[in-house]
Amino acid sequence: MADETMSERGLHAQAGAMESAWEGGGSPYAVGSKKLGMWLFIVSDAITFSALLVAYSYVRVASSLWPRPFESASIINATVMTGVLLSSSLTMVMAVRESKRDAVSKTVVWLLATAAGGILFDILHIREWLGLIHEGVRLFANPWGTPLFGAAFFSLTGLHMTHVTIGVVYLIVVALGFRRSKYSAEDVEVSGLYWHFVDLVWMFIFPLVYLMSAKLA
Amino acid sequence: MSAPAEQAHQEASRKLFMVVWVSLLVLTGVEVFLAYENLEVKLMLIILMTLSIVKASLIISYFMHLRFERTSLVLTLMPALVFVIVMMFMAFPDSVRLYEMKPK
Repeated sequence: MADETMSERGLHAQAGAMESAWEGGGSPYAVGSKKLGMWLFIVSDAITFSALLVAYSYVRVASSLWPRPFESASIINATVMTGVLLSSSLTMVMAVRESKRDAVSKTVVWLLATAAGGILFDILHIREWLGLIHEGVRLFANPWGTPLFGAAFFSLTGLHMTHVTIGVVYLIVVALGFRRSKYSAEDVEVSGLYWHFVDLVWMFIFPLVYLMSAKLA
Repeated sequence: MSAPAEQAHQEASRKLFMVVWVSLLVLTGVEVFLAYENLEVKLMLIILMTLSIVKASLIISYFMHLRFERTSLVLTLMPALVFVIVMMFMAFPDSVRLYEMKPK
């Protein structure tokens, strides 16, 4: 009897996975709670962005004079921005890969490279915003057509830019924390999920907002 | 896993990521090329959205690793997302109606 209790205790102490699902021992998704939490956040954030994209398209279809302000220079600028963001996703997977091998300094370098990509993206984007504002685009007015163009454009790209900026801060914090062993490889992976999501959203904004409103000779 | 096998696995994953990255860049290039071709709006929209969905799937499957996660996780996340997005289009035909019925 005593023996049985001992072995049972041993089992409990051995691993959480041995406990029954009712005692919180089950892991139906086989991922950590942080990763699951980030995935749930990403799904809800994807819904937010979808709502903005659908609203943008709705206003566009319902308007007769939708401005097409993006000339070749803007399109090239936006293409470079897309390339920067895609490449920062590649450096991010490299960071996750190195973090799993416990190569601390390499992980930190890749993470900071990713953050640098985000900063470059922000700089290019803000430069483009300033150009549009200089041309007279305001939230509810612009020189070319439907006044709502400004509101739709700035809210959609602005929310995305906010995500990139928050991502840059997040990556730097994770990089510094990983170096001090405050954060684990799982934390790096979770920050990577967020970063790839920001990249993914841009894959819809770029064609819908820029390419569909291009004015190319 | 033994050390050489681990090494080979690492090498394979690196190659896979490079392939995914290059294909994403190529697909972006195709999109930009199409913009310069001045296609008809509807055709352009269909092609661009198809390419974007392909790109998004590549990012989700490989960069975000979802292809290698348990099916239960995929089933929890993706159908709900797709359902909600599809439901958003419920009122979309109204935009065309607004346009058609507007005083010219």
